Amino acid sequence: MRALCWHGKEDIRCDRVPDPQIEHPRDAIVKVSSTAICGSDLHLYDGFMPGMKSGDIMGHEFMGEVVEVGSENKKLKVGDRVVVPFTIICGECDQCKRGNFSVCERTNRNRDMADKVFGHTTAGLFGYTHLTGGYPGGQAEYVRVPYADVAPIKISKNGLSDEQVLFLSDIFPTGWQAAVQCDIEPTDTVAIWGAGPVGQMTIRSAILLGAKHVIAIDRLPERLSMARAGGAITIDFEEESVIDRLNDLTDGKGPEKCIDAVGLEAHATATIDSMYDRAKQILMLETDRPHVLREIFYVCRPAGTVSMPGVYGGLLDKIPMGMFMNKGLTLRTGQTHVNRWTDDLLHRIEEGQIDPSFVITHKVSLEDGPRMYKTFRDKKDGCVKVVLKT
Amino acid sequence: MAYRQNSGANGSAMALARGLGWFSIGLALAEMLIPRMLTQQMGMEGKEPLLRFYGARELAAGIGILVSDNPGPWLWGRVAGDALDLATLATALNEQNRRKGNVAIALAAVAGVTALDCISAQALGGGANGKGQLVHDYSDRRGMPRPPDEMRGAARTDFTAPRDMRTPDALRPFTSQPTPERTFAEHSRV
Repeated sequence: MRALCWHGKEDIRCDRVPDPQIEHPRDAIVKVSSTAICGSDLHLYDGFMPGMKSGDIMGHEFMGEVVEVGSENKKLKVGDRVVVPFTIICGECDQCKRGNFSVCERTNRNRDMADKVFGHTTAGLFGYTHLTGGYPGGQAEYVRVPYADVAPIKISKNGLSDEQVLFLSDIFPTGWQAAVQCDIEPTDTVAIWGAGPVGQMTIRSAILLGAKHVIAIDRLPERLSMARAGGAITIDFEEESVIDRLNDLTDGKGPEKCIDAVGLEAHATATIDSMYDRAKQILMLETDRPHVLREIFYVCRPAGTVSMPGVYGGLLDKIPMGMFMNKGLTLRTGQTHVNRWTDDLLHRIEEGQIDPSFVITHKVSLEDGPRMYKTFRDKKDGCVKVVLKT
Repeated sequence: MAYRQNSGANGSAMALARGLGWFSIGLALAEMLIPRMLTQQMGMEGKEPLLRFYGARELAAGIGILVSDNPGPWLWGRVAGDALDLATLATALNEQNRRKGNVAIALAAVAGVTALDCISAQALGGGANGKGQLVHDYSDRRGMPRPPDEMRGAARTDFTAPRDMRTPDALRPFTSQPTPERTFAEHSRV
């Protein structure tokens, strides 16, 4: 089959690889119809995420048709149309029983490695680092889905396109959880750093959850225009001071709820701390560029909540924990507990309350994937979200 | 989809800029670490402190180019520095200087690099965000059936945050009511 494989920094190729096989009776094989490139795939593309091996199949946002099921899989049958969440979950461990699916205790097959690096293992993820199991991903024609009797979401209603439901695999629940973690009140101002795909989903989630004001911060005009369409007030951080504008919009008090939808590759350039991060990153003295996190801690209203869906990879420098502690901020973070939200969100899509396909700007074939990684990374051609058709 | 004027980074210009950034750092190290050797080759003995100062300037420009998403201004800074270098070298291009051949070669090299600096800076326009190019306008991509103001709070009628993600009551606005307890099963059919 064809698959997009990682071969090193900025080196993704469309390779011929062996078809996947059923390896466990709970498995299923899914023939992928649509898959997407996620912002966190770019952390692999840019070489910021450790634990990758040449030939690893990329991709953790995918859906398709079940073409084979293991003997113990009672949930799925051949022909089912499914969206597959990026987190692989067992549904039976203590964490899964609590709904903390992204930290499932059993699905990371490289648990020993994860225990050493993270202290305790997190869930296995598709198409990501070997620290999270090194499972072959969904930017391929076929995927083996482990524990396929738990996470896959069956799409049984006719009339829903792939594009409408594909993002249940990651970015829609991720944006939703980012907003839910803020426990939004009707009086709240919610500031969202990053108007990429997750940021866009977060904006709409915050609107649906009733935020009084939603503010989106980015520098790319096309993303800011999409944010405004979703109901956000926008701040172009290259044109004005984020802190001054946020304080102006909140009577000098700062937003009650702040969401970091940027993560480790912040692109701020005109600040001393971001230049410091760049220099340290070049010298391999720091893994991440946490400018957004510093700015959030500074501007968030005391006793406010910080939600962090943005991915961080390793060691961060100069995080103002004194500021964080003295202001009594609450920080909620983590990979998304996708299945905690998907039934509810699928219902909202079916009811027409939201159509996540608004975010798609590029639809191309799988073979065009390597080229689109570069386009997406460089934010060329108005690229916000890429869907690959197999 | 509509378009309007604005941004877009130029990849090849960016690559050239990064190359010039590394060149700056290499030149800076040479000027700061072996200034005597360089001044001897140019017949400019006694100018070592000036060369070290130029090295510091080169280092700042190099780092600026490499760490910035918008290296345009740093490149124009390099062009200004190049002009200074050319002027300094020109003072050594006289009949009394036994090394004037080397000076001429250095002048030609600096002029070549200056040209590259100008090309790169101009290609990047106002910077990596290149104000002035066409960009996409997604102002029609609402994603919701009605305007945001009409959709605001639409999910509040059938959703409350699960218990582990709620703001503790002590941190809520004192005017708000405590959130009623609901089980996880009520929020999701998983």
